[in-house]
Amino acid sequence: MCGLAGYIGTAAEPERLLAAMGDAIAHRGPDGRGLKVMAPAGSAPGAGLSHVRLSIVGLADSAQPMTSEDGSLSIAFNGEIFNYVELREELIARGHRFHTSGDTEVLLRLYEIYGEGCLSRLNGDFAFAIWDGRAKRMFIARDRMGVRPLFYTEKAGTLYFASEVKALLTIPGFHATLDPFALDQVFTLWSPIAPRTAFEGVFELEPGNYMIADASGRRISTYWSLDFPDAGDVRPDMDEDDKAAQLRHLLEDATRIRLRADVPVGSCLSGGLDSSIVAALAAEMAPRGLDTFAITFDSAEHDESGFQKLMARHLGVKHHEINCTEADIAAAFPDVVRLAEKPLIRTAPAPMYRLSSLIRETGMKVVLTGEGADEVFAGYDLFKEAQVRRFCARQPGSKFRPHLFRKLYPYLPGLQKQSAEYLAAFFGADAAPLSDPLFSHRPRLRGTAAAKLFFSADLKSKLAGYDAADDMIAQLPERFGRWHPLHQAQYLETRFLMPGYILSSQGDRMAMGNGVEGRFPFLDHRLVEFATTLSPSMKLKGLKEKYLLRKSMADKLPAEITHRVKQPYRAPDSRAFSGAVAQEQVHAVLNPSRVAGDGLFNAAAVDKLVQKCAGQTAPSFRDDTAFIGVLSTQMWLDIFQGTNRRASEAA
Amino acid sequence: MSESIKQTIRSFIVENFLFGDEAALPGDAESLIAGGIIDSTGVLELVAFIEEQFGFTVADSDIVPANLDTIDAIAGYVGRNASTAAAA
Repeated sequence: MCGLAGYIGTAAEPERLLAAMGDAIAHRGPDGRGLKVMAPAGSAPGAGLSHVRLSIVGLADSAQPMTSEDGSLSIAFNGEIFNYVELREELIARGHRFHTSGDTEVLLRLYEIYGEGCLSRLNGDFAFAIWDGRAKRMFIARDRMGVRPLFYTEKAGTLYFASEVKALLTIPGFHATLDPFALDQVFTLWSPIAPRTAFEGVFELEPGNYMIADASGRRISTYWSLDFPDAGDVRPDMDEDDKAAQLRHLLEDATRIRLRADVPVGSCLSGGLDSSIVAALAAEMAPRGLDTFAITFDSAEHDESGFQKLMARHLGVKHHEINCTEADIAAAFPDVVRLAEKPLIRTAPAPMYRLSSLIRETGMKVVLTGEGADEVFAGYDLFKEAQVRRFCARQPGSKFRPHLFRKLYPYLPGLQKQSAEYLAAFFGADAAPLSDPLFSHRPRLRGTAAAKLFFSADLKSKLAGYDAADDMIAQLPERFGRWHPLHQAQYLETRFLMPGYILSSQGDRMAMGNGVEGRFPFLDHRLVEFATTLSPSMKLKGLKEKYLLRKSMADKLPAEITHRVKQPYRAPDSRAFSGAVAQEQVHAVLNPSRVAGDGLFNAAAVDKLVQKCAGQTAPSFRDDTAFIGVLSTQMWLDIFQGTNRRASEAA
Repeated sequence: MSESIKQTIRSFIVENFLFGDEAALPGDAESLIAGGIIDSTGVLELVAFIEEQFGFTVADSDIVPANLDTIDAIAGYVGRNASTAAAA
């Protein structure tokens, strides 16, 4: 696990650039540094790689960039190939010899043998770049689910790439500019739609894709994408016990290979089902005992420490917890935006950043988490909500059916008092056409987009006619329309929000900010592919989410956890900024003349929003979204466009 | 009477939900939910405003879109109930 950067083309002072790129992402790799110019200036094309290392596997002998025996291939690699042990044995059996014990050399050798075909052999979370001196090309690839990041940009015919955009900001003459269309996407879907990023002209290599770049240009191909069977082909007569056993076997193996490391591996405990399952499996497999990590909150609405402690006691693990106050969230938020590199409409990444600091302070740098189970096994409320909306739509005007919405959101006090008519109206139960490909996500998209009210007239005119939701529809595969509605909803969640927000803003970036690697057994592609073949009712049975997963793991968990209803992970949003210190910070960042000067938001309206949120204990969804969205966007401008301003002033 | 009620409601919507942005004010017959102006918390803010401003209590059974989802509907609802409250 690490950070990488590099270029192919022409760089004026390549060593200096590669060193600066490494410096910019040094937090990802505190244990070692390396850079290499493989094709010097004057050769066509030039190429270089930079690497910062977090040592987890092959501690003593796997420095990077690593070069093949004959000198023709060099690699910079971020992440892990979890099945490298089996791949290495297979290659040794075929007569190959290895100089190191780690996965980097295995990956390099696989590429040497199979070329881009090596990707289908890998079970891992990775982003890497291999310079192929034989073909004079750079091969860049990213894992299937989008766990590890990879960004790129092109300037004067040279392609630059890196684990985080910060490294690209060191390219001479590069200026960060916020992409207004990305902002519209954040204010609709919570993140930009890949390959777009918040930075104009910077793109991300999408999950499951690879790029080949050479003197003639660059070509991007897809080697893996999420797929589901046609609705008519899903077999309703699957044997539940049989499927539960298969699930259990896959999950055990996914956990087992994710415990491979030359350093201790811990486990996060949120108090929910998924992380409890992972910790339960890991506790049995960890030879020296397991350390678990949890975040606690002061507010009963967000705190799950009771369930965390229950699970820790049940497993007999060494449990560590750290409390996250509203003031902690506010204080960390500028760092969170700097690490996430995009505007956010929730503060939920901030406690994750605090959690990774606890893990690091405990002396650990690898943790397992339950991330991915809600996408893969249909755990989110949104899936149930879509089901209830379909149920309501079958009898428009029903006085009784909409009461089910209340049952879905017991933790939202505002909803408990609403009439059936209002519930139906809020969830668009009577309005959205069932044929809409985004049917499942419309209430969320609409609720988030309401915050666009604060866009300035200038920004609105730039975006005239643009709709981020339409953009999302345009990216759907042709076969999407043939899938079961639950599978369509799962696809939308897994393809867009998961890599765009959950695994990045809330995942990799918050963990790596403190040099911690997260590993996610539920996102093992064998498990993901298995889950797509399950009948929808095995995942969401009535309104019981993750049904088969619960069944397959019930013997390992206390009943309180097995039967616990999903509580979404949330943190205080605008309320986190209500303290005196945070208010000062808010007034500095959202100073009306600065907001007006940057031109993205209506400064007078933002000023009123700041006042309204400061005086409220329970702001509305829309106001909370707008407050955090505007605040983080203005922070983004201060951090990233500010860097340019200072750099140009210095020059 | 009705026009002044409507004006009071419009001002509240502009200040409380649109943060002063008059240009975003919907037409009197347009849905506040469909326009993204009111969500589940917003409805409760609206009810609190009506009770304070017009001096009557909104019955739970009255909190339905038919009474509160457009400026026209709110004005009609307030007109019917405020006069009852005043007459009593």
